[in-house]
Amino acid sequence: MSEPNNAARPIRRPNQEIHDGPVRASAYVCEAASCMSLQAHEITVRLAEATADAGMSDVAVKRVGCMGLCAAGPLVKIPQTGELFSAVTLDNLEPIVQALDKVTDASARLPLGPFFEHQVRVVTENFGEIDPESLDDYVARGGYEALGRVLAEMTSTQVREEITRSGLRGRGGAGYPTGLKWTTVAKAAGTQKYVICNADEGDPGAFMDRSVLESDPFRVLEGMAIAAFAVHATEGYIYCRAEYPLAVARLRGAIRQAQKAGFLGQGIANTSFAFDVQIRLGAGAFVCGEETALIASVEGKRGTPRPRPPYPAVEGLNGCPTLINNVESLANVPAILRNGSEWYAGLGSGKSKGTKVFALAGRIVNTGLVEVPMGMSLREIVYDIGGGIVDGRLFKAVQTGGPSGGCIPAQFLDMPMTYEALIEVGSFMGSGGLIVMDDTSCMVDVAKYFMDFCRDESCGKCVPCRVGTTQMWMLLDKITRGKADLIDLAQLERLAGVVQRMSLCGLGQGAPNPVFSTLRYFRDEYMAHILERRCPAGVCEIEALAQHAEVPA
Amino acid sequence: MSTVHTLTIDGRDVAGNEGQTIMEVAEENGIDIPGLCHLPGLHDRGACRLCVVEIEGSPKLAAACVTQIAEGMHVTAHSEKLEDHRRAATEMIFLERNHVCSVCVANNHCELQDLADELRVTHFDLPRISPAVGIDASHRLFAIDHNRCILCLRCVRACDEIEGAHTWDVMHRGLETRVQTDMGIPWGESPTCTSCGKCVQVCPTGALFEKGRPVASGSKTKRPFLPWLRVHQEERGL
Repeated sequence: MSEPNNAARPIRRPNQEIHDGPVRASAYVCEAASCMSLQAHEITVRLAEATADAGMSDVAVKRVGCMGLCAAGPLVKIPQTGELFSAVTLDNLEPIVQALDKVTDASARLPLGPFFEHQVRVVTENFGEIDPESLDDYVARGGYEALGRVLAEMTSTQVREEITRSGLRGRGGAGYPTGLKWTTVAKAAGTQKYVICNADEGDPGAFMDRSVLESDPFRVLEGMAIAAFAVHATEGYIYCRAEYPLAVARLRGAIRQAQKAGFLGQGIANTSFAFDVQIRLGAGAFVCGEETALIASVEGKRGTPRPRPPYPAVEGLNGCPTLINNVESLANVPAILRNGSEWYAGLGSGKSKGTKVFALAGRIVNTGLVEVPMGMSLREIVYDIGGGIVDGRLFKAVQTGGPSGGCIPAQFLDMPMTYEALIEVGSFMGSGGLIVMDDTSCMVDVAKYFMDFCRDESCGKCVPCRVGTTQMWMLLDKITRGKADLIDLAQLERLAGVVQRMSLCGLGQGAPNPVFSTLRYFRDEYMAHILERRCPAGVCEIEALAQHAEVPA
Repeated sequence: MSTVHTLTIDGRDVAGNEGQTIMEVAEENGIDIPGLCHLPGLHDRGACRLCVVEIEGSPKLAAACVTQIAEGMHVTAHSEKLEDHRRAATEMIFLERNHVCSVCVANNHCELQDLADELRVTHFDLPRISPAVGIDASHRLFAIDHNRCILCLRCVRACDEIEGAHTWDVMHRGLETRVQTDMGIPWGESPTCTSCGKCVQVCPTGALFEKGRPVASGSKTKRPFLPWLRVHQEERGL
């Protein structure tokens, strides 16, 4: 993928630049990474030209962020009617131009459809509505209202209390209470404190944070500024993986605009509060999403974790108290302070408050990004929103939590998606990637895939992770080749326990989870590979038996 | 004035200063907790995981070399379960590269070998990885056989923290991790190496050795063996 340079190319936006009159109709073109890869930017330009050529001076064309339905991209939406054009190409723009022509004030709004109707949008409220590169658009939708109110009316203690009351928990995976983390950093001794936004999203199949940064970057900056005010920090870093060039480009632009407009830098919103943000790019190491490794990487050192305690909240970047929050956690903050903690706590269920953004991937019809209240059942997400399994096949399992998570089999389709319920069934929330698998997936192969990922991403610091993940992968490989016996399986289970308990950081401690959960729910598949030398899903290539098995007549 | 904490290790009442690690207090009291990356006088990194202990009330195992003591702590440093875990970690180290004691310069003078003996490792069950990795014999006096390196990084730390040369560092990740001299240039060409030999002295296995020593000649004696490590430790107030 080449570096996106759309910021340099002018887009004609008649509503702002050509005429001052009211806009009768507009076309919103999704320009997030997925649609961009299918010429979405060219579509925006061509559509603006086509409407201008047709003399429609009261029609606006603008780029917007991710609309969520990535499988059907590139997407173009007419917000006045709710019409959504999917799989748009440069050759089939005519229907859109015609539809724009027909829009009147009296046009009826089309129903949104189940994909959108079942969702509750908090973090993604501006997705598909605002131009992610326009601060004006963000402000027009209530952006920076929360920061303004915080700085004008609240003390840092009140802000922390509000976050605590909202029940917000870390969206990066572990679900640590955000308010408690903020309070720890605020109370830690030290004059210099930092806020770090963890945008090193690395789980296979997860793209929630990328979408937030691409579709609403100012929201993250506002969340960071509020967090900085609440914990008395003056400097912030966004640690973003370099594999997200569009997100990085939009963040850079957003930081520049926010600095110019006085939302970052000295004297924010004409108060004495000062806070600025810098970007640090990750160089492709999964382990740098682990907070101590992330800090080492920001400091310019080798990205390896260190034992905790001391926790970063007490001793983090440059030895100073550091608040590290994930992108989605920070993106929740402006909404909580704008609408109040009671409103937020009213969403979700039990100890899991608010909403969660999930990335739907794998064998599901509506691949894309969805936001639902915590506690929604897996069935609703997969079938009502996700549209079910591709080709109407049989649902087998869904992997949550990436390589440190586990699989959830069909018998738990009605379980609520909360932090607690997921842990109970042997998986965990993780960052929010849902990889859906049907009966064409072999679960041993799935476990092997994740183990391959972990052994490749192990930093090599501690022995159990460096050596143990490779040994587990070797045993899994042996099983998928039909070469293993029951002793190998026993060794695998023993090894998994040792790696889980002895590893230094979350990567090693979580690496055996896919093995544990596939063994828990799909042991019969392991047995079929070992005892019957066959792969029930027909995925694994079972090697031929050695010659001596054929007894000559 | 520092605060003194009392705690128990394997049921024995012991005391230590605030800020001391479980490993340090155990060493002072003659309780042997195995460890290969730990060496008194060097900064601890908690990487070999052999020193893991159980702390009452905590579901996780903690590395004794990097866990500070606390008042009223009950530490279990030796149990059947811990020995089993340590045996597994030792086995992993043996199988990661190529440890053949009979042809090793460190035979009978090797901490890894001693550890296997102490833990009564009799055989290996887990898969053997053992890729052929290189040897750098370009230095005039010393050589490194990466096949015997266990990545404890004592050499890196001794070179940086004691000698102050920082010739040694680490490159690559995962199984590809290697210690390297300067930016990966041959040791013999290193402009920063002072040829002090401290790295060879602190190496727990036969990875770093003096040239010209035959098999099992043992250029090292039982640790702690470098008095200046202790002096340095005391100077730093550790």
